[in-house]
Amino acid sequence: MNIGAAILATVQVTAMVILSPILVGLMRQVRARMEGRVGAGVLQPWRDLRKLFAKESLQAQGTSWVMSLGPVVLVASSALVCVLVPLVGTVTFPLIPDDLFVMVSVLLIGTVALALIGLDSGSAFGGMGSSRHMTIAALVEPTVLVAVYALSIPVGSSSLSLIVDARLLDPASVASPVSLLALVALFIAVVAETGRMPVDNPSTHLELTMIHEAMVLESSGRDLAWLELGSWMRLGALLGLVGSLLVPWGIAGDVTPLTLLVGLLMLIVKLAVLGSALAAGEVFLAKLRLFRVPELLAGSFVLAFLAVTASYFVVQG
Amino acid sequence: MTLVLGGLLAQLALTCVAVAAAVFVVPKRRALVAGAAVVGIAMAGAVTGVFALSGGHGSLTVPMTLPLGPVVLAPDRLGGFFMVVAGLVGAVATLYGIGYVRGPAASRTSWSAMALFLLALQMVPAAADAVSFLLCWELMAVASTVLLLADHARRAPVRSAALWYAAMTHFSFVMLLLGFAVLAAAGDGTGFAAMARVPADSGAASVAFVLLIVGFASKAGIVPLHVWLPRAHPEAPSHVSAVMSAAMVKMGVYGALLVSIRLLPGGPAWWGLLLIALGAVSALYGILQASVATDLKRMLAYSTSENIGLMYLALGAGLLLRSYGVTEPADSAIAACLLLVVGHAAFKTTLFLGAGSILHATGERDLDRLGGLGARMPVTSAAFGIGALGAAALPITSGFVAEWALLQSLIHAPATQDRLVAVVMPVAVAVVALTAGLALMAFVKAYGIAFLARPRGEGAAAAHESGLGMRVAMGISASTVVVLGLAPGPVARAAAAAADLSGVGAVGWWGIDLFGIDALLDPVALTVLAVALAVPVVLVSARLARRQPRRRVDLTWGCGGVRLSPRMQYTATSYAEPLSRVFDDALRPERDVLVTHAGESRYLVERVQFQQNVGDIVETTAYRPGIRWMDRVGVLARHLQNGSIHRYLAYAFVALLAVLVVVSL
Repeated sequence: MNIGAAILATVQVTAMVILSPILVGLMRQVRARMEGRVGAGVLQPWRDLRKLFAKESLQAQGTSWVMSLGPVVLVASSALVCVLVPLVGTVTFPLIPDDLFVMVSVLLIGTVALALIGLDSGSAFGGMGSSRHMTIAALVEPTVLVAVYALSIPVGSSSLSLIVDARLLDPASVASPVSLLALVALFIAVVAETGRMPVDNPSTHLELTMIHEAMVLESSGRDLAWLELGSWMRLGALLGLVGSLLVPWGIAGDVTPLTLLVGLLMLIVKLAVLGSALAAGEVFLAKLRLFRVPELLAGSFVLAFLAVTASYFVVQG
Repeated sequence: MTLVLGGLLAQLALTCVAVAAAVFVVPKRRALVAGAAVVGIAMAGAVTGVFALSGGHGSLTVPMTLPLGPVVLAPDRLGGFFMVVAGLVGAVATLYGIGYVRGPAASRTSWSAMALFLLALQMVPAAADAVSFLLCWELMAVASTVLLLADHARRAPVRSAALWYAAMTHFSFVMLLLGFAVLAAAGDGTGFAAMARVPADSGAASVAFVLLIVGFASKAGIVPLHVWLPRAHPEAPSHVSAVMSAAMVKMGVYGALLVSIRLLPGGPAWWGLLLIALGAVSALYGILQASVATDLKRMLAYSTSENIGLMYLALGAGLLLRSYGVTEPADSAIAACLLLVVGHAAFKTTLFLGAGSILHATGERDLDRLGGLGARMPVTSAAFGIGALGAAALPITSGFVAEWALLQSLIHAPATQDRLVAVVMPVAVAVVALTAGLALMAFVKAYGIAFLARPRGEGAAAAHESGLGMRVAMGISASTVVVLGLAPGPVARAAAAAADLSGVGAVGWWGIDLFGIDALLDPVALTVLAVALAVPVVLVSARLARRQPRRRVDLTWGCGGVRLSPRMQYTATSYAEPLSRVFDDALRPERDVLVTHAGESRYLVERVQFQQNVGDIVETTAYRPGIRWMDRVGVLARHLQNGSIHRYLAYAFVALLAVLVVVSL
C-alpha cells in the first residue's frame, strides 16, 4: 500500500508541476483568442519560469527571512495538496488519509505564507493585497467546510478517496441535487481562493485593484518563480479536485502502469476542459467590486448549507 | 499515604514556603527565591494531576474555623486533567515572571498572591464538595484580583479593570452559590456524590444547570459575560495574563464539564443547544473583535473568548448528541473540547508571554506602532509565530488537532430522528469555519504587523531581545505547542480517561485516532511527507542561490517614487479595514476623519487626521444602561438616609409596627 501510494504521490506531484503552467498557458491562450488577440502560446508560463529561475533575487532593506522562505513554503504546501487530492488515483498512505479538512488547512498554510510575504515587503501595496487576500480567505472558509460536510454525508467520511470511490460505484449520485449544489458552492470557493475572475483579475497591472499580484510585487527572480509555480499548482490541484468529483471516471483505483496512464490522460482532459471553460467564462465577466465579493461568497455559502440540510432530509426519505 | 495525598500536601507546604520567601527574602533575590517556590507549587500540582488522571485516589481534609465544615480535596480523573493543565501553565508563566517582574509586580504582596493564586487553581479542580469548591473559587478570584491590581498606583485603567473584574467574578460566585444551593437542596448534601443523585430531568436540575452555567460562563469569558476579559488581560502583568487566560478561565470550562458530565449526566437536549448557542455567539463575536483590535493584549483577550466559545460549542454538541443516544460522535466532541483546552493553554501562554516581551522591549501594546521586531527579537518572534500558528489552527500545532477533532465529530452526527440536528450541525460547522478563517486573519495581522516590515514607532525601532529566563520560558511553551501538534495521541488518551469517553484513542505512539467515527490523523506522517516534498524545492533553491546570490537593495517598490517612509506601511487598523466594513453592523466602529485644507483651496489638502475606535457593542448596549440604572437606584436609595435622627426613629417605629402587624396576622 505504501509503495503504491508513494508512486502515485510522485506521479501526481510531477504531473502537476509540469501541467499546471501549461494549464495557465492554455487559459491565457483561450482568453487571448476569444478577445481577438494572437496570444503567446500555451508554453509561455514555462518560458517565464525558466527566465525567472535564471535571474537574481532582490531583497529590499528591512525585509526578513519571510521573503526567501515564504515561496518555498507555498510551493511545498501546494505540492502536499497535489498529493492529498485524488487527481490520478485514489490510493493513499494508510497513516495519511486524504482528509479534506487536512487538505484545506494545508492550503491555508500557503495562503498565510503569501499574506506574510505581502506584509513583509513593507510597502502599502503589499499590505493592501495581504489584507484583502486574508479577508477573502476568511470568508471563503465556511463555504469550503460546509461543502466538504455535504460531500462527506453519503459516505460518512471526509476522506476524498472514499468520496470519489463512492461516486464511481454510484454514478447517479454525481448528478443528485445535493452533489450539484455542493459542487457549485465548492467551485465558487475555488474561484475565490485561487484569485480568478470575478474575485481578482489575474492579469491586472493596476496596483490598486490587485490582490494576488500586489502581494508578490516585491518578489523577484527565483522567489517570484516559486510563488508563481506554487499558485499555479494550487489552481491546478483545486480544478483537478472539482474535476475528480464531477467526473470520477478514469481515476486509478490501484497502481499499475495502465491505470496510471489512463488516470493521467483523464486528468489532462479534465483540466483542459475545466480550464478552458473557466477562461471562457472569465472573458464575459468583469471583476466585482471588493465589497461585493462577500455577497458572492454568502450566496455560495447558502448553496453549501442547502446541500447539507437537503442531504439529511434526502437520507431520511 | 497515597501519591495524590502526598502531592496535595506538598502543594500546601510549598505555598507556605513561597509566601514566607516572598515576605522575608530581600527584594534583590525575592523574585528568584519566591519564584522558584511558586514554580514548585505549580509543578507539584501538575504531578498530582498526573497521579489523579492515572486513577490514583487520595483525599485531604483541611479543618477550618468557619462554621461551614472542612475543605475536602479529592481530585478525580477529570479534575486531574485540569490540574495538569493549570500546573504546567503556572510553572512556565512563573518561570517567565522571575525575569519579567519589575516594580509593584515584584512586591511581597504580588509574589504571595501569585503563590495563593496557583494553589487555588489546583484546589478548584481538586475540590470534592460544593463548599470546598466555592471557597477555593473565591480564593482564586481574590488572589487574581490582587495580582491584577499590581500597577494600580501608576495607571488609572488598572483600577477600572480591577473593578470590572471584581464585579463580574462575584456575579459568577453568586450564580454558582445559588446553583449549588439548588442542587444541594434537591440532593440532600453538599458533596458532589450527593448532588450526582439528583435526576437530570427534574426541574431542580434544570434550574441548577442554568444558574451554574451562567456562573461558569461569566468566569470563562463567554459573550455576553465577557466584558471583564478585554479590560483585565491587557492591564495585568503579562505572566499573570497568561495564567488567567490559559488556566483560570479554563476553570469555567471545567465547571461546565463538571455540571454536565459528572453531576448531571444525561440532561435534556436543550442543555446542549444552550451551550452551542453560547459558544457559537462567543466564538464569532470574540474573533471578530480580535480581528479588528489593535491593542495586542486586548486582541489576545478577545481571542480567548473565541476559544472558550469553541470549547462550549464542542461540549454542547457532545451533550446534544448524547441526548439522542449517538454515543461515539458525542464522545469525540467532548474529546475535542478537552483537546481545545490543552491546545489553547499551550498557545495562549506562548502568545501572552510573547506579548509581554514586546511590551517589555518597546513599552508598546499598540500594534499600529510596532513593526520590524523579527530582526530585533528573534526568539520572541519565533515563539510568538508558533503561538500564532496554533491560534490560527494551522498544522502542525495543537490548535489544528483540536479543531480537526471538533469538525470531524460535528460532521459525523448521523441523520437522527430529529431534524434539529440537521440544522444545528451545519450551522455549527459554519461557525467553526468562519471562526477559523477570521482567526487566521487576526493572527496573520498580529504577527505580520508586529514582527515584519519596518518599525512604525520609536519604541519598536529601539527594541531589544528579552532576558534568558524569559526566552527559556517562551521556548518551552512554544515547543509545547508544536509537540502537542505533532503527538496528540497521548493527550487524546488522557482526555478519554478523564471524561470516560469511548471511541477515542491513539494510533501508534503519537497519532490521534477517533475510531468511534473512523477518523485518524497522524501529524508526524504528514510532516514527514511535507518535508520530503520540500527537500527538492530547497535543493533547487540552494543550487540557484550558488549561481545567483541574493542582492540587497535599499528600497521597496514605490511606483518609481523614492519617498517611501515607514508611515506608508499598512497598519493593524488598515489591515482589518475591509473586514470591519464587511461586519460593520456587528462592530459599529466610530470613525472620525478631519481634513485641513491648505489655504483657500478646496482641493489641496494640508493634513488629514483619521481616528477609529471600535468599542464593545455588548458593553455599550447592555452594561452601560444597566450601570446607569443601578446608579439611579443608588441615588434614590440615598434619600432614605439623610442623617436626621428623627427620620431614623420614624423608621424604627414603622418597622416595629410592621412586625406587630405581621405577628398578629
